[in-house]
Amino acid sequence: MNKKTFNCAWKILTVLIMLYVIVGGMLFEVPVLPVIHQTIRNIYFHVGMWFSMIFILFLGTIFSIMYLRTFNLRYDRMANATVKTGLVFGLLGIVTGMIWAQFTWGRFWVNDPKLNGAAVGIMAYMAYVVLRSSLEDKDKRARLAAVYKVFAFVIMFVFIMILPRISGPSIHPGVDGNPALASGDLAPAMRKVFYPAIAGWILFSYWIYTIVFRSDTIKEKIQQLNAEKQ
Amino acid sequence: MHHTLALIQKELQLEWRQKHALGGIMLYLVSTVFICYLAFSGIMNPQTWNALFWIIMAFASINLVLKSFNDESTGRKMYLYTLASPVSVIFSKILLNTLVMFALGIIGYLLFSLFMGNMIKDPLAWWLLLLVGVSGFSSILTMVSAIAGQTKNNFTIMAVLGFPLILPLILLLIRSSAAVINGPALKAILPDLLVIVLLNLIALLLSYLLFPYLWKE
Repeated sequence: MNKKTFNCAWKILTVLIMLYVIVGGMLFEVPVLPVIHQTIRNIYFHVGMWFSMIFILFLGTIFSIMYLRTFNLRYDRMANATVKTGLVFGLLGIVTGMIWAQFTWGRFWVNDPKLNGAAVGIMAYMAYVVLRSSLEDKDKRARLAAVYKVFAFVIMFVFIMILPRISGPSIHPGVDGNPALASGDLAPAMRKVFYPAIAGWILFSYWIYTIVFRSDTIKEKIQQLNAEKQ
Repeated sequence: MHHTLALIQKELQLEWRQKHALGGIMLYLVSTVFICYLAFSGIMNPQTWNALFWIIMAFASINLVLKSFNDESTGRKMYLYTLASPVSVIFSKILLNTLVMFALGIIGYLLFSLFMGNMIKDPLAWWLLLLVGVSGFSSILTMVSAIAGQTKNNFTIMAVLGFPLILPLILLLIRSSAAVINGPALKAILPDLLVIVLLNLIALLLSYLLFPYLWKE
């Protein structure tokens, strides 16, 4: 299989998985639990958002480290594109969670370690965007942004891993910080949609990231050409 | 190590010569505590005391640490660059900030006790908590201020970049010092203390690895 077919094939695969997830997620049988009822279907979408966000942001941290090792601006553009994509998935994760919370807990937001961890993580990445926009010089911007990204990612990672485990009971579903992966968390009937959903969302988020990266690269080229013209 | 000590000595002498900066922070602390005393009169209970103390400490540390890279003029920076390694520069700043923050913590605690009463039941645990807490603030924020110091409107940037990163620390501190207020609690808060020390070590390690990239320009 050459590169072009492969590039096409995984995108077709993603579309197929996502179609299956949407249809299966809406129609397949789910266990009927008190209070939760049909809102349980949210798990296929809400949890997928977080998985893809973590995946994309982890990728971004690797790009930032690569930038600091090589000082190649291409890696900086890649890192920036991951943050843009990751933020969208993070915000969607919060929104899907909030809608679900309104119907099961009766409130859009509750004071819970998992929710707070998510909010703080999003804040840190928004700070990254603000930091970038406050700097004009390309190399300086890339350097400072990469340093902040690595610093923030590691500290956030420790925070999100540790906090739910030490702050006592959490109202959020899922055992000790890694929702829905522990074997007791999910009914077997739901797994046949849930696992493809995770894979599908991660592939989908990577696809979106490549599009953001390409559009950023083209924008930058246009800017360069305009600057040369003047 | 030798360089780090020399740099700390230099920083201390500089602070001593320009007392206005330190005096400013001190006054900032006094006025915020006084405002809280007036605003919260009548509704002050141990939980409020505790939350207020750590929030004020967090703001004071952002203000204090902000100037660690602002004050250096470009010429002096160049001179330092030829003399010392980046690692000793960042470690000297972190140590100095920890020292000054601890002093501010003591003053803040005295002011709180003066205006709002002393609520601490377990002094040993409290001082340990204060020490690891302020060293956590300074080790995370010093690195952030090294980043923010290179931007234009650096106070906003500093606050925006710093708050999400110290929030876990503030939460841990408020939680464990609430236990200290309720009674003898050294054993109960030990896991939290260890987590804060762990966060400190991670922040130090990251500063050691990442600061050289900020330093060379």
